[in-house]
Amino acid sequence: MSILIDADTTFIVQGITGREAVNLTRECLDYGRGAQVVGGVTPGRKGRDVHGVPVFDTVDQAVAHHGRPIDGSVVTVPPAFTKDAVFEAIENGIKLVVIVTERIPRRDVAQMVELAALRGARIIGPNCLGIIVPDVIKMGGIGGPAKDAAKAYTPGPIGVISRSGGMTTEMSSTLSAAGLGQSTAVSIGGDAIIGSSYAELMPLFEADEDTEGIVIYTEPGGRMEAELAKWVTENGSRLPIVAFMAGRFMDEMPGMSFGHAGTIVEGREDTASEKIARLAEAGITVAERIEDIPAMIRERLEVAA
Amino acid sequence: VRFFEYEAREIVKRAGIPVTDFGFATTPQEAREIAVRIGAPVVIKSQVLTGGRMKAGGIQFADGPDEAAAKAEQVLALAINGHVPRGVLVDPKASVDHEYYAGVVWDGIRKQPVMLFSDMGGIDIEEVAEAHPDHVGRGHFSNVLPFSEYQAKQVIASVGVSGSRLNRLVPIVTALAKLFVERDMTLAEINPIGELADGSFVALDAHMEMENEARGRQRGLLADLGVGDEETRQAREATDFELAGEAVDAMDHRGVAGNVTEFDGDLGLVIGAGGGSLTLFDAVRAHGGRPANYCEIGGNPSVRKACELAKLVLQKPGVEKIAVMMSIVSNTRVDIVARGVVKACLELGYDPAEKISIFRIPGAWEEEGFKILARYGVRYADRSTSLNEAARLAVEGAA
Repeated sequence: MSILIDADTTFIVQGITGREAVNLTRECLDYGRGAQVVGGVTPGRKGRDVHGVPVFDTVDQAVAHHGRPIDGSVVTVPPAFTKDAVFEAIENGIKLVVIVTERIPRRDVAQMVELAALRGARIIGPNCLGIIVPDVIKMGGIGGPAKDAAKAYTPGPIGVISRSGGMTTEMSSTLSAAGLGQSTAVSIGGDAIIGSSYAELMPLFEADEDTEGIVIYTEPGGRMEAELAKWVTENGSRLPIVAFMAGRFMDEMPGMSFGHAGTIVEGREDTASEKIARLAEAGITVAERIEDIPAMIRERLEVAA
Repeated sequence: VRFFEYEAREIVKRAGIPVTDFGFATTPQEAREIAVRIGAPVVIKSQVLTGGRMKAGGIQFADGPDEAAAKAEQVLALAINGHVPRGVLVDPKASVDHEYYAGVVWDGIRKQPVMLFSDMGGIDIEEVAEAHPDHVGRGHFSNVLPFSEYQAKQVIASVGVSGSRLNRLVPIVTALAKLFVERDMTLAEINPIGELADGSFVALDAHMEMENEARGRQRGLLADLGVGDEETRQAREATDFELAGEAVDAMDHRGVAGNVTEFDGDLGLVIGAGGGSLTLFDAVRAHGGRPANYCEIGGNPSVRKACELAKLVLQKPGVEKIAVMMSIVSNTRVDIVARGVVKACLELGYDPAEKISIFRIPGAWEEEGFKILARYGVRYADRSTSLNEAARLAVEGAA
C-alpha cells in the first residue's frame, strides 16, 4: 500500500497551461500506471486540452465534468493567486491539495491550512514537488520525467519525508541503489509554515502496513523536528527513523537564510546541533552522510524484526 | 525585512497605537531642532539593525538642545557591531511608572500567530519566559476568523493585569495583532510599553520584521518609509559580489541561478538546488575545503544564467577552480547547466577541463549533458558518486 495516494486517485492540475505545469502533467500521465488527471483549470482557457486533459475555467466545472468528487489537486499558479486557487479546490470538495508554488507569504499559507483543517482536507507544501508511490503513481513534479523518476524510485518498505524536493529524489535514489525501495515519498516543502509536517504524516505511515521504516531529510529553522521527536516519544512509534540534517554550517550564521525560506536560525532551538540532539533523544538515528543511510536503516529494521 | 526602530515606531503609530513625540535625525543640527520642539530632556538612540545598543554607548541622554546635538554627533559616529548608524532617534525622556511587553510571532507548529504579553517589560522576553513563566501570557488566534478584542484581553488578564490598566492595554495589543497580520510581519514587538504617571500607555520602543515574500503587496508602506528595493535588510548587508549574484538571477525569469553568499575561501562553488546546496556546503567543509561562496541553481534556469553565475564565481579573486555539483535534478536540465558552465570557461579564455574540478549533476537530460562534458574533457560523475564523495573530489581537485 501507500499513503495519501494510490492507483485509483483522481486529481486536477490548477494552472495547467503554464509551462512547468504542462510538463508536470505529461510526467504524471506517463509515470507508473498512469495518473488519472481528470481535468485542468486555467481561468479563461476552457475548451483547450493539455496532453488530452480537458481544461476548464473553474474547479466547479471540472468536478461537474468528472461527475463525482475529485480526490486531489496540484496547484501551480503564481504566488498572488495561490490562496484563491486553494480555497476554490477545498470548497469544491477536494481533500488533498499539493501546492507547488514558491514564495507565498505566510499569512496566505496559514489561511489555506486553517481552511483545510476546517473542511477535513490536507495540504502538502507549498514549495514542494509532491508525492510519489514508486511504479504506481506520482502527483506533482517529483522525480521529473517518468523515465528519470523510474531511475530513482523503486517500490519497497521505506517511507521518505523531505523538506527539500530534490533531496527526496537524491535520498530515494541512494536507498534504491542499496536495494531499499520506498512505500511512498513525500516532498513536504521548504517553507516556515507548511500543510503537513513530519509529525502530521507519521500516523499515516504508522497505519500503512507496507511501511517498515522512515527516512527524513531536514534542515535548520523552525520547530518541526522537535515536534517529530515529541510525537515519536509520546506515541511509541513502531517505525525506526533515520534522519539526515543538512545546513550544519548555518549554526555559525544566525539570522541568515539559505536554501529554503523556512531555513533561518532565529533562536537556539532552530539550530542544526540542537535539532540533532532532540532527534537523537527520541531514538532517531541521525546520519552524517547520505550514503550511510541505507546501512543505518537496514540495521534498525533488523533490530525491529 | 528588518525595520529600524524609527520605522517600526512609525508603523506602530499608523496602527493607532500611542507613541511618544519622537523624531529621526541624520545630523546633529536636526537632532537639536527635534530637542527644541520637544522642549524637555531627551534620549538619543542610535538607529542600527543590531542589538546591544545600550552597552555599546549607542543610547545617550541629554538635558537640552545643545547637549542633544553633541550627543547625537557622538552617537552618529559610533559603529555598533560593525553597523554604522542610519541616524538617531530623538525621544522625549519619559517618566515611566511601569513597563510591559507585547509581541506577536508565528507559531510554525500550530500554524497560527501567537500573541505574547508580559507585565515585566523592558527586558528580553525569552529571559522573562525562562525565569518567570507565570509573567508571560500567550494566545493563538485564527487566520480565517476576524480578530476579536477578547483574545487580547484574555492574554493580558492571564498575567494578572486588571482594572483600568487592562482596559487601556487591550486596544494596544489588539492593534498590534491586527498590524502583524495586515502588514505581513514575522515579528511585531513593542518593548517596552510604558505606563506613565497619568495612567496612560505609550510605545517606547518597537521591533518589526516583515516577510520578504510580502514585499510586493506591502510596496506602499515600504515606499512611505523610504525602504528601497535594493535594501535586503538581512543580518548583514549584501556585498558587491552578492549584489552581482542577484543581478545574474534577475537577468530573466527562468529558474534560479543566484542566492549567492560570499565567503572568504578559495573553492568556487556552482551548486544546487536548495537542499543540495546545504548538503554540499557542509560536505565541502567537512573535507577541509574553504568555500569562496554559497549559491543555488534550481527550477531549470537558462544557459545564460548558469553561464553568468559560473563566470561570477570564476572571476572572484582567489578562486582557482569551480566545482559544479547538484543533488539529482528532475526539473533543471543537466545539459543546460553543462553548456552554461563550459561556456563560462570558454568566454573567459579558460580550458573547461582545467577550471572545472568536478561536475556532479545527475538526472534529467544527463546523457546529453555528459556528452558535452566529455567533449571538453571535463571530469564528471553520475549518481553513483554521492554528494559527499563529489565534495571530497572538489576539495582534492582544488588543492
